Amino acid sequence: MGKRASTAATRRRTLLAGAAAAGFLGLFTRGNALELQGMPAWDPLSGPPPDIVKPGPWQFFTAEEAVAVEALVDRLIPPDPHWAGGKDAGCAVFIDRQLAGPYGRSEGLYMRPPFDDTATDRGPQSPFTPAQRYRRSLAGLDKHCEGAYAGKSFAQIPDAEKDKLIGALQSGAVALEDSSGRGFFELLLQNTKEGFFADPAYGGNRDMVGWRMIGFPGARYDYRDWIERHNETYPRPPVAISGAPQWTPRQG
Amino acid sequence: MARKLPATDVVIVGLGWTGSILAHELTEAGLNVVAIERGPWRDTSSDFPVTHAQDELRYHIRHDLFLRPAQETLTFRHNARQTALPMRTWGTFMPPNGVGGGGVHWNAETWRFLESDFVLRSHLTERYGEKFLPEDMTIQDWGITFADLEPHYDKFEYLCGTSGYAGNLGGQKRQGGNPYEGPRSREYPTPPQKQPFGPTLWAKAAVESGFQPFPQPSGNLSQAYTNPLGVTLGPCTYCGYCEWFGCGNYSKASPQVTILPVLLRKENFKAQTLCTVQRINTDSTGKRATGVTYIDSNGEEWEQPADLVLLCAFQLFNVHLLLLSGIGTPYDPNTGQGVIGRNFSYQVTSSVDGFFEDKNFNPFISSGAIGMCIDDFNGDNFDHGPHGFVGGGYIGAVQTNGRPILSTRGPAGTPSWGAEWKKAVAQHYLSTYTTVTHGSSYSYRDVFLDLDPTYTDIFGRKLLRMTFDFHENELKMSQYITDRLADITQKMGPKVMEKHPRKGPYDVNVYQTTHTCGGAVMGDDPKTSAVNRYLQSWDVPNLFVFGATAFPQNAGYNPTDTVGALAFWGADAIRNQYLKNPGPLVHA
Ligand SMILES: Cc1cc2nc3c(=O)[nH]c(=O)nc-3n(C[C@H](O)[C@H](O)[C@H](O)COP(=O)(O)OP(=O)(O)OC[C@H]3O[C@@H](n4cnc5c(N)ncnc54)[C@H](O)[C@@H]3O)c2cc1C
Repeated sequence: MGKRASTAATRRRTLLAGAAAAGFLGLFTRGNALELQGMPAWDPLSGPPPDIVKPGPWQFFTAEEAVAVEALVDRLIPPDPHWAGGKDAGCAVFIDRQLAGPYGRSEGLYMRPPFDDTATDRGPQSPFTPAQRYRRSLAGLDKHCEGAYAGKSFAQIPDAEKDKLIGALQSGAVALEDSSGRGFFELLLQNTKEGFFADPAYGGNRDMVGWRMIGFPGARYDYRDWIERHNETYPRPPVAISGAPQWTPRQG
Repeated sequence: MARKLPATDVVIVGLGWTGSILAHELTEAGLNVVAIERGPWRDTSSDFPVTHAQDELRYHIRHDLFLRPAQETLTFRHNARQTALPMRTWGTFMPPNGVGGGGVHWNAETWRFLESDFVLRSHLTERYGEKFLPEDMTIQDWGITFADLEPHYDKFEYLCGTSGYAGNLGGQKRQGGNPYEGPRSREYPTPPQKQPFGPTLWAKAAVESGFQPFPQPSGNLSQAYTNPLGVTLGPCTYCGYCEWFGCGNYSKASPQVTILPVLLRKENFKAQTLCTVQRINTDSTGKRATGVTYIDSNGEEWEQPADLVLLCAFQLFNVHLLLLSGIGTPYDPNTGQGVIGRNFSYQVTSSVDGFFEDKNFNPFISSGAIGMCIDDFNGDNFDHGPHGFVGGGYIGAVQTNGRPILSTRGPAGTPSWGAEWKKAVAQHYLSTYTTVTHGSSYSYRDVFLDLDPTYTDIFGRKLLRMTFDFHENELKMSQYITDRLADITQKMGPKVMEKHPRKGPYDVNVYQTTHTCGGAVMGDDPKTSAVNRYLQSWDVPNLFVFGATAFPQNAGYNPTDTVGALAFWGADAIRNQYLKNPGPLVHA
C-alpha cells in the first residue's frame, strides 16, 4: 500500500543473483519480470509494512474542508462519556491520508470509458475518484449550508441541525450541487468506519479506541490458549501493528 | 513482433494451485516445465509476516493481494437484454494474482463433492424424472465418478495436511464425521481443529434437533504436519486472518507451504513472474498448440514455444484465454450450440444472524475453516420431491473472523450512524453469532461467458463478459436451507434472530465467494463439453485446462478440494497415458 510496494518488484530483480539469473535472463531483459529458478533470496522488505501515518498538516484537505470533515465524522460517530467520537479518534486524519494516497486516486481500478453512472445495478460506475468526489461534495455542502443556514458553514450549525442534514443526505432529500448527496454520505460513512476500526497505523482508531470499545484485541496472532475458553472474556488488551502503548516507555 | 524463446516441453499459464501441482507432477516425470505468472513472486516471511499480515484495511478492504482491475477485469450484466458494464472494483468475488494464486488468500475450507454430484443429471432424472428439472437448466454429468477421483482427492488432502474426521472410511460410517460423504480410502492427514464457543453451541443445538454435526474439513492445520514432498506446515493459531490474507504462520495450505519450496529447486523448472499470457498459439491446422505469447512488465512481447500447454489461470481467465485464442467453438445462447463460455455457474450462500444477550463468542478467535456443519440438506441427501427445486448446501456455524470494519453491526432497525449505532456495535460485537449456508449453483441456458464488444484491458484485448443471475430454483433452495439453518440456530437461544436467504437479483457489490465455475466444462460429448474426462481439449489435444472451469455446474461445497483432485487426476493421465502416446485420450 505504501510507496515502497511499487518498487519492491524492481528491488527483487536486482537482488536476484547467481546462476539462475545468468542463464537466459542474461540474454533478454524482461522489465520487472523475474525469472525464478532456485529459491529467490529473502528480501526482507519486499512486502513492506504500511507507512505509519504521522501527525502533521493536512495532506489532501484544505483547512476549511478539514473543519467540515471533522464536524461530519464527529456526528457519524459522536463522542460519549466513555469513548471518543470520530474527530478525536482521528477519522478525518485517516480519510485525509487515504485521499492523498492510492485510494484517493482510484489507483488500480478500471477507469476506462465509457462510463454509465446512471446504472445502479452493475457495480460502481462513477468516473470520479474518491478524492474528486470529496472535493466536489464538500464544496456542494458548503454552498448548501450557506443558503440554508444564513451563511453558516456545516461546522457552525448546532448538532441537531447537523444530524438533520446528514439524515437528509442519506435519504436523498437533500442533493448537493455537482454530486449525489446520498453517494457522498455512503462514501463518507464507509471511510469513517474504516478510520474508526482500521489499524492505528493509518491515522484513525487513535489509542485503539474503536477496538477497546467493542472488545477486539487487534493485531494479535495467537489465540491457542483461549480457543477452548468458551464464553469467557478475553483478558488481554489490544495491540496494533506498531505495538501497544505499554510496550514503549514514555519519553521524559 | 514477439521474440521467440527456446522451446520447452511444457508451458503452464498461471502458477497458483493447479499450476503448482501440474508443474510438480510433470517435472517429476522428467519434463522441462516453464510456468508463466501474471502477478509477483510471494512468500511467507517476506510478503505476509506476522508483524503486519493482520491488517484488515490493507488486505481485505483495499484488496492488496488481488488482481488490479486496471490490468484486467470483466464486464457484467444480469441478462442478455442489458448492456454489460465493467467491474471497476471488486465486490462479489476477488480474482487472484501472483504466485500461489488463490491458494495464498483462500479460507481453506476443504470439501469433497458427493458421489451423486458427479452424475447429477442421470441421478436426478432417475429419481425424480426429467420433468422435475426446470426446462432451461443445463446440468450434466461430469464424465467421471467420485470413485475415479477419490485417490486424487486423497493426494490433494495429503499434500495440504487437511484437518478433519472421516465420516465414511472405506464404506464404514463413523460417528463424528460427515455421514453423507463418499467412501474415503483413509483418515484425514490431521485431526480436526479445535472449536470455539459458537460452533460448539450450534453443534449441541444440531444434536438436539436430531442431526449429526461434524467439524468442517480445514486446510488451516490443527497440528504441525510434514507432507509427502517433505514440506512441513505449522499449527494454526486461530488468528482470524485467513480469507483475503496470506498466512504468516505457515499453517494454511497454499502452494507456498506445500509445493513451491521443492518445485523451485528443481533444475527442470522455471517460472516467469509479472508476465501476462496473451493467447495460446496454434499451428495452421488449428489443432495443435505451439506455445503461448506473453507480455512482460516492460510491455515486451515474447513467444514461448512448447509441446504441451496447460491452462491453469483460474476459471475466469482460462475461459478468457480460450476465447481470445479462438480455441473451441464459442457458446451461443440463442442456439445452445458451442461450448466455450457455456455452463457458467457460481455459489449460492446465505446466513442467519443471532443477537444474544448473555453470551461472549470471541469472534476474533477463529480460522478460515473451523466450524461445525451438517450435510443433511446438501445435494440430493434429502427428498426434493415435495419441495419443487433441486440442489442444496452444507449448513453450519463457521467462524472465519471477527475483523471489526466489516463485522460490526446491530440487529435490524439499528441506525447506520450516530449515537445509537455506536451503542449498538459496542453492545453486540462479542455477542452476535452468524451461521451460514453454502449452496449449489446449477447451470442454465442463459447464463454464460463471452467477449465484451465495448470494453478492453490495458493490452487492448476485449474483456470477458459475464451474463449471470440467480434462477428461481436456486432462490427456492436458498430459502429452504436457510430456514433449516434457522431452526437449529434458534435453539442456541438468541434474543433476536434474522434470516438472510439469498435474494435476486444478483448483487455484484456484495462479496459472496470467489467460486466461479464452468465455461469450458468436462464431459463425454464434445457438443456439450470443451474438454474430455481428462481435462484435455477436444479441439487441441496438446492443451489441457485445469481449475473449476471444468465443473459442469457447482455443488453445495467450496470448489478447491475438487479443483486440486482434478489437477492430480489430469496429471496422472498426462504422465501415464498422454506422454506414452501424445494425442487424444478419448475418441469422440
Ligand atoms: C478470497 C477467497 C477465498 C477462497 N476460499 C476458499 C475456500 O475456503 N475453500 C475453497 O475450496 N476455495 C476457496 N477459494 C477458491 C480457491 O482460491 C480457488 O479455487 C483456487 O485457488 C483455484 O486454483 P487455480 O489454480 O484454478 O487458480 P489460482 O490458484 O487462482 O491460480 C491461477 C493463477 O493464474 C494466474 N494468471 C491468470 N491469468 C494469467 C495470464 N493471462 N497469464 C499468466 N498468469 C495468469 C493468476 O495470477 C493466478 O496466480 C477462495 C478464493 C478466494 C479468492
